[in-house]
Amino acid sequence: MNIIVCIKQVPDTTQVRIDPVTNTLIREGVQSIINPFDMYAIEEGVRLKEKYGGKTTVISMGPPQAETALREAISMGCDEACLISDRAFAGSDTLASGYTLAMAIRKIKDYDMILCGKQASDGDTAQVGPGIATQLDIPQVTYVKKIEDIKDNHATVERMTEEGFEIVKTSLPCLLTVVKEINEPRIPSLKGRMKAKKAEITSWKAIDLDLEEDKLGLKGSPTWVSKIFTPPPRPKGHILEGDPEETTTKIVDELKNRLI
Amino acid sequence: MDYLLTEEQVMLRDLCRQITDEKIMPIAAELDRTEEFPWGVVKVMADSDIFGTFIEEKYGGMGGGLLELCIATEEFSRGCAGIALAFSATALGTDPIILFGNEEQKEKYLPSIASGKKLAAFAITEPAAGSDASAMQTTAKKDGDHYILNGTKHFITNGGEAEIYTVVAMTSKDRGARGASVFIVDKGTPGFTFGKKEDKLGIRGSATRELIFTDCRIPKENMLGKEGQGFLIAMKTFDMSRPGIGAQALGIAQGAFEAAVKYAKERKQFGKSISSFQGIQFMLADMATQIEAARALIYASARQIDAGRTKNISKDSSMAKLFASDMAMKVTTDAVQIFGGYGYMKEYPVEKYMRDAKITQIYEGTNQIQRNIIALNLVKETTKS
Amino acid sequence: MSIQIIKDKCTGCSLCVKVCPFGALTMVSKKAVIDLDKCTLCGACVDSCKFNAIDLKRDSSKTPNIEEYKGIWVFAEQKKGAVQSVVYELLGKAHELSEKLGSEVSCVLLGHNIKDKAQELIHRGANNVYVVDAPELEHYLDEPYTKAIVNLIRKYRPEIFLCGATFIGRSMISRVAVKLHTGLTADCTGLDIDEKEKYLMQTRPAFGGNIMATILSKNHRPQMATVRHKVFKEASIDKTRKGKIIEETIPKTLLTSRTKILDIVEEITSTVNIAEADIIVSGGRGLKGPENFAMLEELAKVLGGAVGSSRAAVDAGWMPYSHQVGQTGKTVCPKLYIACGISGQIQHLVGMQSSNIILAINQDPCAPIFTVANYGIVGDVFQVVPLLTKKFKAALNR
Repeated sequence: MNIIVCIKQVPDTTQVRIDPVTNTLIREGVQSIINPFDMYAIEEGVRLKEKYGGKTTVISMGPPQAETALREAISMGCDEACLISDRAFAGSDTLASGYTLAMAIRKIKDYDMILCGKQASDGDTAQVGPGIATQLDIPQVTYVKKIEDIKDNHATVERMTEEGFEIVKTSLPCLLTVVKEINEPRIPSLKGRMKAKKAEITSWKAIDLDLEEDKLGLKGSPTWVSKIFTPPPRPKGHILEGDPEETTTKIVDELKNRLI
Repeated sequence: MDYLLTEEQVMLRDLCRQITDEKIMPIAAELDRTEEFPWGVVKVMADSDIFGTFIEEKYGGMGGGLLELCIATEEFSRGCAGIALAFSATALGTDPIILFGNEEQKEKYLPSIASGKKLAAFAITEPAAGSDASAMQTTAKKDGDHYILNGTKHFITNGGEAEIYTVVAMTSKDRGARGASVFIVDKGTPGFTFGKKEDKLGIRGSATRELIFTDCRIPKENMLGKEGQGFLIAMKTFDMSRPGIGAQALGIAQGAFEAAVKYAKERKQFGKSISSFQGIQFMLADMATQIEAARALIYASARQIDAGRTKNISKDSSMAKLFASDMAMKVTTDAVQIFGGYGYMKEYPVEKYMRDAKITQIYEGTNQIQRNIIALNLVKETTKS
Repeated sequence: MSIQIIKDKCTGCSLCVKVCPFGALTMVSKKAVIDLDKCTLCGACVDSCKFNAIDLKRDSSKTPNIEEYKGIWVFAEQKKGAVQSVVYELLGKAHELSEKLGSEVSCVLLGHNIKDKAQELIHRGANNVYVVDAPELEHYLDEPYTKAIVNLIRKYRPEIFLCGATFIGRSMISRVAVKLHTGLTADCTGLDIDEKEKYLMQTRPAFGGNIMATILSKNHRPQMATVRHKVFKEASIDKTRKGKIIEETIPKTLLTSRTKILDIVEEITSTVNIAEADIIVSGGRGLKGPENFAMLEELAKVLGGAVGSSRAAVDAGWMPYSHQVGQTGKTVCPKLYIACGISGQIQHLVGMQSSNIILAINQDPCAPIFTVANYGIVGDVFQVVPLLTKKFKAALNR
């Protein structure tokens, strides 16, 4: 099986702040990590390869530093990695990103399955996975919590719903976005880390991918951010300390009227 | 302090730290309570190639040395010394094979240890033979192509969980220091059973059991080195393993220290964090300095051994173990003190570190024996010059 | 911008004729011919042609004839014939927006045997309901739903398209936006109309809620947005409202699917779906063990609420994942959220900080949860929670 895993390097969410003066993101000193949901996609890609044989290729669209994310994916067991990076991609929204990634996947050509994390922790849109599937005109299943079987050029998977799940069968090639229920990502072994250190990562620029210029970057992004701001802080709360008998009585008195 | 570790050593340290943070720390308190053996963590260590750290690549290992072993042990012990012992006691049990095993023995046993499939244990201590190892009574009587083992070992770490045991037994009663030999005994060998699991003050995530040999027949091919080399092998093994115990003590101290610093910053009394009081500051400064000194001593003695300077290592490795374990006892006790009343409660992690630290002053040669070793070597050196 | 048929490649299969929403294509001597007066360059024919016989040159930096896009559409998600309540919330907001734009609100309802639900949507404020009733649409499947919606949007050209940020909604709308080459903003917490330029201003949290962003899709239509459940208020029911029900047929070729549903499994959880609950009593690591969630259940029962959990408790196996509140769990916005023994890491706050009233109970006065709490008790959960249960029971006469 040839599997492609799409990952994104994101800032560690817990650390992001806005500069109150310039109203822009403070990126310095913020650690970059692999988007948490993509870790599950990587793990599933490696497990599928271990089960069915074949190859797992991990790709990422991002600035040059995204290479560390790709190496981490290799240390978990991916066979090959490809960085799609170019100034021309800067400012891409989900539409432009999906287009660029889809074209890179087109260039890789042979694939049976594409795996993506459910959403990225910086944008939280969950749009790129389906976007890639649409650009490539392949079926997709989102919120996959288990891949039951792959047989006769079809995949049978469990797809989460609000009430439970559905068992869905789709033809290959297909794209799946996965949720954290699907597996427990492994801690990369020493051998894996050493392999990752030495691995050669293919790097593609815009020119390598035969892209339509007006579909890239800012130009190719229908949506753009007109304003960012910190959400209004919640008003300071009444925090009580002391004898639980007293504090609970006070709270119940306050709240009981607001509940009825 | 920057110990100028190589890239691979840093990679190892980071990996062990990740395993400690994600897999060991979350379950440390529970295993301390239930005394359950940490097979889950053993699997993660195995999958991460950690068991191969101290084994040659030829036998499926990663080709590291004692410093790598110390780095891994230190990181795991920071999470839980008991859980870490599944790994570090395996290293101890494997050392005799690495040092004195022949090619067949190495090929037979090292790969399954390197892959983490099997754990190992070293067995020398007996009820009547602790510091006085020569008082041991377990016998190995030659019988054709076999040796028959009889006797009891106790306080054996990984006892019952390990598959591979390196056992010291008396092959002849009247040859004094040349009377013992070391054998590799597989779990499941007829005549080899286990006694009760000990209920311990600390390192409760580690399994400590009696080994009982009743007419246990083992092939002569399982003897390590030559007959009569038993005490020599044991001493050489301990020379190599002492920095590892030091690393364990160091990890325990580091874990307790980190908890104490964090607590001191958060705890407010008299309107300020207690970390702003000089009394606490001085304690923390002393703890940090002692920890760093122990680390430097352990790394230096490990590096020395890895560089092949194995001639007079007894004194240096003893110093590393002695200093680090005494330091750990002091640092963990101080950590409990910094936590105050909360430090005494099982709800808080620091009393466990104090209980765990105590054993490092006792096993693998009590600190009194360590002082003997150091003194004897000092005398030898001054006598020479 | 231009469109033309490459006669050499055209095989006369007439698939394009069937899918064109404007009837702009006809077959003449077994070759397709485009009526340029009717053609809107929507591209439906290009998608359908298997022989690449239609060449459409389009400036993708702008939707053509952008001024002609009018109306606010809401996707009426239905499951097993029941319209999902998020749709009513969207209709409420759509009505507000329509007043500022001076346009109509329409719903698009797909399914099988669902025509009778259209009236409900009109009572909730839809001026028009476009219904597509086909057996292929009985259960949601990405491809037929996407293609049907795309077909209708190409035909009717709404200015704004809103959809619930549900499992179905998020999956479908992403495909639709790509097919239409237009902008989509997910999980909006705020929607408004720019006074001067009349754009749809789409506001949403980013970086786990640390930051809010307002997003515009100036040059592309429709402007698409998804909104989570319980963010906006439901539109009120007015049975006297009148509206149009328009039945639409979609060519069968568009309703095929490479994906099939083999089975639908509903998991019965003991308590109500927490995202629906008005009151949530939530527990974290401070509860120390699964058995202690029983006391939270008691408090929840007295208050008529549901029990939630932080990630720590779910990871420890004390509560099932369906109860997890937070970045990787559910986002909830109840009237009252009681956080017991939850420290309040950002990943948890992100899932509940827009709750109306937050009451936090924690023995650590420095726990981050207190920064978002309206009320807090610093104390031992094991003492405080039973006392609250007792006192609320008395106060509310339960």
